[in-house]
Amino acid sequence: MSTPTAATEVTETSLKSAAHDYWSKVKAGDIGALPAVLGLLVLCIVFGSMSSVFLTPGNFANLLTQAASVIVIAMGLIFVLLLGEIDLSAGYASGVCGAVLVILITDHGQPWYIALAASIAVGMAMGFGLGTLVARLGIPSFVVTLAAFLGFQGILLILAGEGGTIRVEDETVLAIQNSNLSPALSWAFYIAASVFYVLLGLSRINARRKAGLKAELFKLWLIKTISLVGVSGLAVWALNLERSNNRELVSLKGIPYVVPVILFLLVIGTFVLGRTAFGRHIYAVGGNAEAARRAGINVKNIRIAAFVICSALSAIAGLLFASRQNSISPTTGGSSTLLYAVGAAVIGGTSLFGGKGKMRDAILGGLVVAVIDNGMGLLGYAAGIKFIVTGAVLLVSAGVDAVSRRGSAV
Amino acid sequence: MTEPILSLRGVNKSFGPVHVLKDVNLDVHPGQVTALVGDNGAGKSTLIKCIAGIYTPDHGEFKFDGKVVNITGPRDATALGIEIVYQDLALCDNLDIVHNMFLGREVKKGPVLDESAMESLARKTLDSLSVRTVKSIRQTVASLSGGQRQTVAIAKAVLWNSKVVILDEPTAALGVAQTEQVLNLVRRLADNGLGVILISHNINDVFEVADNIAALYLGTMAAQVAKNEVIPRQVIELITTGVSAGVEKAGVK
Repeated sequence: MSTPTAATEVTETSLKSAAHDYWSKVKAGDIGALPAVLGLLVLCIVFGSMSSVFLTPGNFANLLTQAASVIVIAMGLIFVLLLGEIDLSAGYASGVCGAVLVILITDHGQPWYIALAASIAVGMAMGFGLGTLVARLGIPSFVVTLAAFLGFQGILLILAGEGGTIRVEDETVLAIQNSNLSPALSWAFYIAASVFYVLLGLSRINARRKAGLKAELFKLWLIKTISLVGVSGLAVWALNLERSNNRELVSLKGIPYVVPVILFLLVIGTFVLGRTAFGRHIYAVGGNAEAARRAGINVKNIRIAAFVICSALSAIAGLLFASRQNSISPTTGGSSTLLYAVGAAVIGGTSLFGGKGKMRDAILGGLVVAVIDNGMGLLGYAAGIKFIVTGAVLLVSAGVDAVSRRGSAV
Repeated sequence: MTEPILSLRGVNKSFGPVHVLKDVNLDVHPGQVTALVGDNGAGKSTLIKCIAGIYTPDHGEFKFDGKVVNITGPRDATALGIEIVYQDLALCDNLDIVHNMFLGREVKKGPVLDESAMESLARKTLDSLSVRTVKSIRQTVASLSGGQRQTVAIAKAVLWNSKVVILDEPTAALGVAQTEQVLNLVRRLADNGLGVILISHNINDVFEVADNIAALYLGTMAAQVAKNEVIPRQVIELITTGVSAGVEKAGVK
């Protein structure tokens, strides 16, 4: 496909011009992942220096499992946020789906996979309902999902019974948040994931070069890849250390099972958003719905699909809640869950105005939120202070989003 | 003279009691810019929407490439190779130039988008239009100037081997230099063999770039004449009164 003119385009840019490109992107309103990464780094240094517990492997593993459900809900929310919509009911949707899962296992003796499939199906049905009301009837998503927030809370209360909790004793469900890969398996998983990531990056650069197009600067890619692979290697090493307080009684080491689960969702979500026409259409609808409609995209179906995906991921978050709490209660997915998830997406770099955001934002932002929650808890701050700080961080992120957007307006 | 690529005969369109188009005839020749002029409410928009398949005419004959065709929806028009560039452009600011050009018609390899193929094709199209003003076709449309956006919208329209491109006031919101750029681009479209319909309120633009001028007056085609047979004053008369001394009434011929 290469044309003579295109071939002359293949010029290796230098690191300096790459930095310049990044800066012009920032000015155009696309900040990327850098603020969240730097924020995470600063928070870890601050809490690490103030608390002796914060940087221990035990707390690190704890942090990951704390963050897991919020990250997964945020992943779903990103699909909805990309359209410029919001789903306020995602938190309680995860509670309801978790309750469905636990009831099917505990009360009806179903195997975990059937129960999980059923709870995801329930989630998708709820999302379909929300999406239909928003897309076909044109009710603002804020109102629809605010109503659903209350409605789902009611359903959860009825399912759980007044003040009651439903326990779950299925080993697989409990293992996800409470058990770990063995250290050897952890390293094997790390190596496999790293090789996959490196090969993916190389093949992309190679494909673009072959087609005679300007490829990402190899040096820059190398720096990014080495730091990512290095940091995750460090994380795997830390997680493989013994973190049990009583090691004769029980040994605790390795990557929690929830980590591969989240990475799997990250890969799928990133693929769908970045590499498929469906994902492209989600960005298009979020950027300019009228332009998308004129380009022949079925805008209503895209909206409905985004809500379905959001609630389906909430169902998976419900599984994580059930696993972590060993039960489902009327408050599962309630209180600050939803706001933490929205905060995670926005802090990670997803825009509340639609059209901008990536799957990885959920993980970066979710970790920031969890680190604040966890670190301040360790320092002995009351829940009230934690809420205020997290709220302030969310406000700052949304402010940065709004200001950078204004900078991009032509 | 070449055979018209698109030929309309006796097109009528009413909205309820309002008779918007009355027996309109129009010929669009390949390699020529046909300017469609007329005052507000003359029926320009209705006419191009009939051509683009957004409205279905009540009666009238469409000939495309010499064959009678029936356009009942936008997809029919697209399938024939008729593309329309709207005044408000319809681009997604958050997507880059390549994404915008292929929006809704992405090139895929299996389920996966074929970014390399799309980028090469987009680059080739821009080169064929001698567009050199955009630095990188991977920059988002948000970072482009008004003239560059218009360029992208036009390039999007010609990407699909289209034969007729309709431009709805492409220079309405542009400055002097950018207007010049876009008019040059319009000229190049015609020089590349496309039939171009240019809607404009600006008589200077029309005389700079058009080969022939079709003037609508209150839903009737006042005249379609070659540019070098008229002077601007006559065209303004046609627009404002529907007749001008020395210009043959359309359909009389």
